[in-house]
Amino acid sequence: MSMTLIEHIEVGSGGAASISFVSVGDIPSDYTDLLVVLSGRSTAGANVDGIRIALNGSTSNLTHRRLIGGGSGSGGSASGTNGEIGLISAANNTANTFGNCQIYIPNYRSTSAKSISADSVSENNSTEAYQGIYAMLWNPASNVPITSITLDMLGGNLVQYSSATLYGITAGSDGTTTVS
Amino acid sequence: MTDRPTKLIVDCSTGERTVVELTDEEIAEREAMAAQAEADRLAQEQAEADLQALKDSAKAKLIAGEPLTADEAAVIVL
Repeated sequence: MSMTLIEHIEVGSGGAASISFVSVGDIPSDYTDLLVVLSGRSTAGANVDGIRIALNGSTSNLTHRRLIGGGSGSGGSASGTNGEIGLISAANNTANTFGNCQIYIPNYRSTSAKSISADSVSENNSTEAYQGIYAMLWNPASNVPITSITLDMLGGNLVQYSSATLYGITAGSDGTTTVS
Repeated sequence: MTDRPTKLIVDCSTGERTVVELTDEEIAEREAMAAQAEADRLAQEQAEADLQALKDSAKAKLIAGEPLTADEAAVIVL
């Protein structure tokens, strides 16, 4: 897999409610897949906060199933339609500690339904730290290429120094093969 | 005066970064979402606590040789 950095953005002082990558459709057509990496911490008053994704400005027609585990043996599986795609550290976690989430979007230019996979962790110098793997389907009535990706938190805002990075996964010479 | 929350937007075709204040509608939507997330979190914690209580009770009864309820048996039977 060959990854190329497209954009990187870091949250400044005061925090941010969301991070959006727009004009995704205008990036070079060399790429067939996208990878979004988030390093973040939420202001939510909890150990962990959910990451929500919006595609082309909408959180509709997104269904997910997650499997999460907690350090005390808590966790389990669940499904939903609120756009949740991961989890990161929140205000009750060890100070100045951030969680990570990696979101893989294959065939973002296709006009078929999109399947998205993600894995994430919260970091905490205590028992309660979480890991999660997510599978998501975006299947609107009219399937279109992805042109924007927005990430925000379900319970709070992103703190300063949170960051998001967008990578393009390079297609092969035939325009469809992803090479390493 | 409290600063209005902002959102970061990066244009992948130009690299331009923009900081935009949220509208009143967006702020209200986020507050509702946060309230729902908190309610979901509390419900999840309660469900986990209830499950652990069942497991603890089932284990204690097994050790004591006492009959289990159907709910207790369900948490230990694969």
